[in-house]
Amino acid sequence: MEPLNIRKHMDQDLGEIRSGMMRLGAMAEASIRGGVAALVKRDRSEARRVIESDDEADQLAGWLDMSCLEFMARYQPLGADLRAISCAIHMAVDLERIADLGVSVAKRALKLIDQDPIKPLMDIPLMGERVCAMLDLAVKAYLNGDEDLARELCAMDDQVDDLQDRVERELLMIMIDRPATIAQASALGEVARVLERAGDHATNLGEHIMFMITGRRVKASQFRRPLGDRS
Amino acid sequence: MCQMEESKVVSKGLTLYYGSVPAVRNVNLSVPERSVMALIGPSGCGKSTFLRCINRMNDFIEEVRVEGQVLIDGQDVYGPQTDVISLRRRVGMVFQRPNPFPFSIWENVAYGPRLHGVKDRRVLDEIVERSLRGAALWDEVKDKLESSAMNLSGGQQQRLCIARAIAVEPEVLLMDEPTSALDPMGTAKVEELVRELKKSYTVIIVTHNMQQAARVSDRTAFFLMGELVEEGPTREIFTSPRDPRTEAYITGRFG
Repeated sequence: MEPLNIRKHMDQDLGEIRSGMMRLGAMAEASIRGGVAALVKRDRSEARRVIESDDEADQLAGWLDMSCLEFMARYQPLGADLRAISCAIHMAVDLERIADLGVSVAKRALKLIDQDPIKPLMDIPLMGERVCAMLDLAVKAYLNGDEDLARELCAMDDQVDDLQDRVERELLMIMIDRPATIAQASALGEVARVLERAGDHATNLGEHIMFMITGRRVKASQFRRPLGDRS
Repeated sequence: MCQMEESKVVSKGLTLYYGSVPAVRNVNLSVPERSVMALIGPSGCGKSTFLRCINRMNDFIEEVRVEGQVLIDGQDVYGPQTDVISLRRRVGMVFQRPNPFPFSIWENVAYGPRLHGVKDRRVLDEIVERSLRGAALWDEVKDKLESSAMNLSGGQQQRLCIARAIAVEPEVLLMDEPTSALDPMGTAKVEELVRELKKSYTVIIVTHNMQQAARVSDRTAFFLMGELVEEGPTREIFTSPRDPRTEAYITGRFG
């Protein structure tokens, strides 16, 4: 039996949604990477670039949302197509949020630029790296339909959480030791929390992708270590 | 299957041959009472043939041989004790194209009950009204019950055929692509009706329109080349089918 002609149109439209998602993934990653770089390198122009590029991510996320709605209206998809569209709608929301969180980091970087650093930043850049690695895995898992990569990405959130813990603890010690640093230390703590949230959104991506691939709703927590078992 | 006790219609190892060619092969399927089961699959997959086994419509075709069982309330419809006339009263059928008799609307609906011996005009009037209401047609035709059924629109004619089918108070309603000849409005009305009918009847509907199956049915069975490939809750069949052949069919990779 021959594939139907309409199938070609569906695959073409799905292809456009996928490449849009790839671009949005890259934008979210660039936003986090840029936000953290602006903070670490005290780079005002990089922070501005991140803040300005957010409109583009918003527009692309809106385009993806509309394209998914149009796909549903036009083809009334079922099975794998339906799951792909459901996944795309959810992913666009999470990726757009991650891009927003990169902007939050960039805005805090702008505030901190003129202050003397209370400490060299080690773990915050590592958190940014981990979140970017998760986004990279998400895009690859989505494009290749790779369930293992999606699981791997969910498990990585533990590392982001551990780093955030470490950052908060270290900042607390600094604040106790040098109360004059409280303002800057709390701002850095906020940055760590923002990155932790970005990790959570990246984990959501893993869940959406696993649903797309397997048809089963899974919670990322089953690929992570048990609660309360922070090392 | 797990819901055997509540099943209204059960087929066990049902195989149907046209001559020596099997058109339906070893189908095991349970249809829960007061639910809608959709049968989907490409043309020639055996779904309509299977549907027609349930009220022995295939008896009319020469060279047809049936093996296995179709049980309604546990009784084999192919068993020697089954009276085909009373079977068809218990298992009504609605066809692809509306086929009203060339009589008045009233006579179309009263036809079955009269055949089964109801003579009292008052009783017949009640049955006609109840059936037309049941088929969501009463309000549209109550003032012209004596006019010819042939003057109704296609969608109205199909609902009249449904009224005619339910007038004899069947337990099971078989529908063979009941909306394929209707426009979207007629289709919408029949679909709405199907959802309503399942409160009183067990409905088995063959449809080529997967969105229709998704809209009206509780469970869906996918047939391919005479075999039942997969059956399950409609929600699961259309979001996460287990068999790759079902997936390929519902995503239009063949058809």
